[in-house]
Amino acid sequence: MASIMFILFSAMIIVFSILTVTSRKILRAAVYLLFVLVSTSGLYFMLNYQFLAAVQLTLYAGGIVVLIIFSILLTSHISQKFESSGWKKNIFSAIAAMTGAILSIITILDYTFSATTEAAKEVNMRLIGKSLLSVDYDGYVLPFEVISVLLLAAMVAAIVVAKKGAPKTIGLPKLNQE
Amino acid sequence: MLPEIVAQNTSPSLSVPWWKVVYNFSPLTEWIDKSLHNAMTPFWTTVTEMLIIGVLILLFYALVGLFLVYAERKVCAFMQNRLGPNRVGPFGIFQTIADLFKLLFKELVPIKNADGFLFNLAPYIVIIASFMAIAAIPFAKGLHAIDLNIGVLYVIAVSAMGVIGVLLAGWSSNNKYSLIGAMRSGAQIVSYELSVGLALITIVIMAGSMQLSVIVEAQRDGWFIFKGHIPAFIAFIVFLISSTAETNRGPFDLAEAESELTAGYHTEYSGIKFAFFFLAEYINMFIVSSIAATVFLGGWMPFHVSHWEGFNHIMDFIPPFIWYIGKTFFVIFMMMWFKWTFPRLRIDQLLTLEWKYLLPINLVNVLVMAFIVLMGWHF
Repeated sequence: MASIMFILFSAMIIVFSILTVTSRKILRAAVYLLFVLVSTSGLYFMLNYQFLAAVQLTLYAGGIVVLIIFSILLTSHISQKFESSGWKKNIFSAIAAMTGAILSIITILDYTFSATTEAAKEVNMRLIGKSLLSVDYDGYVLPFEVISVLLLAAMVAAIVVAKKGAPKTIGLPKLNQE
Repeated sequence: MLPEIVAQNTSPSLSVPWWKVVYNFSPLTEWIDKSLHNAMTPFWTTVTEMLIIGVLILLFYALVGLFLVYAERKVCAFMQNRLGPNRVGPFGIFQTIADLFKLLFKELVPIKNADGFLFNLAPYIVIIASFMAIAAIPFAKGLHAIDLNIGVLYVIAVSAMGVIGVLLAGWSSNNKYSLIGAMRSGAQIVSYELSVGLALITIVIMAGSMQLSVIVEAQRDGWFIFKGHIPAFIAFIVFLISSTAETNRGPFDLAEAESELTAGYHTEYSGIKFAFFFLAEYINMFIVSSIAATVFLGGWMPFHVSHWEGFNHIMDFIPPFIWYIGKTFFVIFMMMWFKWTFPRLRIDQLLTLEWKYLLPINLVNVLVMAFIVLMGWHF
């Protein structure tokens, strides 16, 4: 059962990843990306790491893809289509992608994975919250705080970018005078 | 299939009298599981159980959808001092079934300049999102398809996916009304999701767990809305408002405001594809109501008051499933009440309500709740 599901999810990830980069309609590419992210969260569910799976669904599928789709809705029209890229580009990007894939496959095959003898642990919210904010040996408080600072910086930057200048009073007709 | 396995365990039987099953479904489900294991290999047992649960949820889905459409029309009629559907069957109860057949037989109008793939995909995304959410809801004691340890987060995550279907439907229809409807709905759902999540987190702080079965069990001696007094009540109100907005229902139904946008994002849909959107809206309402009932009103847990043994014992005689359905329909009735009594908001009013009022209230409320739990001031 598990292997069937694994093959199904992996096949979906591979097929939709390729479709994402080859599709010439931008919204379709975004939808294929959504399928890739949802299948990835399926893999996390298979690993019994439900928290990560739900976070994957909320953040990536429900957050980032929705934002991508939303910006596409605002900027592009349905009749727009990308021009197909030239054969030179195709060949070189294929070579680059293949090299990356082969390198990582070789690394994975070289590594000897040893099966753990420990019993499976249930990862509940309490455990995740405690280890995120713990300063002990297996605590993650430093990366947590660093990422919070990064997030804060990003939010401040977004507000600065989105903020309008001082309201212009020159062009506005003044109706209430006299 | 495998005789040696059959030989090992003789046919299992239900461990309790059959009528007691309504109080606790786990003997029944265990019995079905054991019988299936005796008859087949583990692989096929899993497949069969998945099929059984899938078919049951589908049936439930269709029945609830049909009933809610009827209920909405009757409640609307009641609010407006009319009779509502009253011709098909006694009190018009078969009206929605007749409507369903009408929708099934209607022509699916193909749109010439639409993006066909996305246009057809959109209703399925909406339906699948609500279908996945309904699987995690505890219906009664022992009647719970998947009890994830992050149940609340899972339901929020999965029901958030529905907005993608709405956005796709609006864009791929190649129609200005649909596009505007989809954008409104996108802005609305993305912002109100925050309030839904924070209102639920307020209760998660109290329960100390995100697992829905644990949350229900923690309300054995009093529902959270009473146990957490003021912050829990504020969270309940905020949850009601923001979940009404998240399901795109009136007074927040700007995405399909018929006076300005014809029908919003599903203007171009016809026949059964339209029915999918229509059904998903009602099922989403059912899902948020059952989450409200489970998290705030105790789910299938009967009304208990601590130390009133006799009273609690009498309340236990009512089956859990009835409690669950009763509370869910109470919340649904309130949401219908909102829809037929409040005027529709404008999009800027809608966003102001969320970002300037609900979100700050909610953030302060979470802090207050954390403080109360730390000091042990809740009941």
